[in-house]
Amino acid sequence: MPTKKDDVYGDHISHKFNNELMELKTKFLKMGGMVEAQVESAVQALVDGDGHLAEEIRANDKKVDRMEVEIDEEATLIIARRQPTARDLRLVISVIKMVADLERVGDEAKKIAKLAIKLTEEGQAPRGYVEVRHIGTHVLSMLHEALDAFARLDSEQALRIMKEDKRVDEEYQAAARTLLTFMMEDTRNISRCMSVMWVLRALERVGDHACNIAENVIFMVKGEDVRHTPVEEAEKVVGR
Amino acid sequence: MNSVNTTIASEATQPVETAVPVQESKPAETVIEEGKTVGNPFSNDPKFKLRDVEVFYGETRAIKKISLDIARNEVIAFIGPSGCGKSTFLRCLNRMNDSIDICRVNGTLQLDDHDIYDPKRDVVELRARVGMVFQKPNPFPKSIYDNVAYGPRIHGLANRKSDLDEIVESSLRKAGLWDEVKDRLDATATGMSGGQQQRLCIARAIAVSPEVVLMDEPCSALDPIATAKVEELIAELSESYTIVIVTHSMQQAARVSHRTAYFHLGHLVEVNETNKVFTSPEHELTESYITGRFG
Repeated sequence: MPTKKDDVYGDHISHKFNNELMELKTKFLKMGGMVEAQVESAVQALVDGDGHLAEEIRANDKKVDRMEVEIDEEATLIIARRQPTARDLRLVISVIKMVADLERVGDEAKKIAKLAIKLTEEGQAPRGYVEVRHIGTHVLSMLHEALDAFARLDSEQALRIMKEDKRVDEEYQAAARTLLTFMMEDTRNISRCMSVMWVLRALERVGDHACNIAENVIFMVKGEDVRHTPVEEAEKVVGR
Repeated sequence: MNSVNTTIASEATQPVETAVPVQESKPAETVIEEGKTVGNPFSNDPKFKLRDVEVFYGETRAIKKISLDIARNEVIAFIGPSGCGKSTFLRCLNRMNDSIDICRVNGTLQLDDHDIYDPKRDVVELRARVGMVFQKPNPFPKSIYDNVAYGPRIHGLANRKSDLDEIVESSLRKAGLWDEVKDRLDATATGMSGGQQQRLCIARAIAVSPEVVLMDEPCSALDPIATAKVEELIAELSESYTIVIVTHSMQQAARVSHRTAYFHLGHLVEVNETNKVFTSPEHELTESYITGRFG
């Protein structure tokens, strides 16, 4: 029986099966790293007004999409070849779902990059960028933690991310109110503030996806589905 | 065992395996507590009530204090590594172990609240109620018709030829074999394909209207198509019979059974709803076995 949590997918009688699961896990984490970098660069491109970087992000999104297809294919093959059960099955199923979340995070990064290009072209004094940077850092750390929780099969860390999501929602609401004030102050701000609002919305969505990943990690570890349940329920599951 | 062997299964032709458990390598830190089974081994409406069952082969204790209920009309699958005692335990349910001289059974084993091992019990009647299907199809070297008619004849279940015809037809229909053999009922059964032979054995088992059908790896000698047909049949039969199936194919257990029981070195480690066992088993040993980590 494995003692290190990292080894829980690596002790089958079939070495090939071990390798397939490890490969799936590694690829997922690689894709996770890619989208993390995409979001980080997108926020950077926006704040720095770096149109060139923004273009790069749009191009990179294709790589993310290809990765999604690749991982899905691998997961499908594992199911067809190995008929995984129990924790192996939960890993494969969770990866299939989480990969969709990562792909959507990639899309949000692309969306931010697009808005960054637009805002850079308009070239006015930045409004709401403090909020963007703040929420950006917050959701990025959530995403990073979610991937970390997946890598280490840490359901407690996953639970913390679920709780964190509420705070992001509150921060988003507060930022939206601030932007609303800017718009009321001067109607010429509206178009620009709306763009920043969309960026904030995209970042808030990244937080939601990180939260989905965290929920899947709890399912992988505990075997219980905590989606669409109050955090208190998830707390009980993790505590078991 | 007596001469009128009416288990309809002819254990005489079946090699009797004295399944003395082989010591398996098992995870060092996992200790199995004797008589302790995780999950839900009990039922409100048990067909079989089994308590503290122990089976000895000479000095070797092959089954260690197992308690389990088998519910009416349920399909329960027994899984576990070779030599874990699942077949031995299955064979207790219709006293098939009686044929092994050195075998001794302790504990309470009841079928509908009546003691299975009561010395006064008519074993022939017991085996008519609890039929059995074996790993290798074992039809009698007779015609297809006679194979199915054998049990009803010796049990006097049919007074007239037309009654017997009806039993043969309905049994073959239930076994999903009628359309394939209706035009050659007089042909010898040994000429059929493996899958057909096994379904014939099932037809033969159900011809005496048993209440329970025990299946000991019924598909291990069959090709995937024949296996699928037998599994289909199990699903249909479960509407009117209680079915206990020993299988080495975990996918099969997952497909056909309502509950799954995991055996390990003579212990009953876990019994749970099949859905739970294959997605999130409670016991570490169950998990290790079904995910292919040992066994």
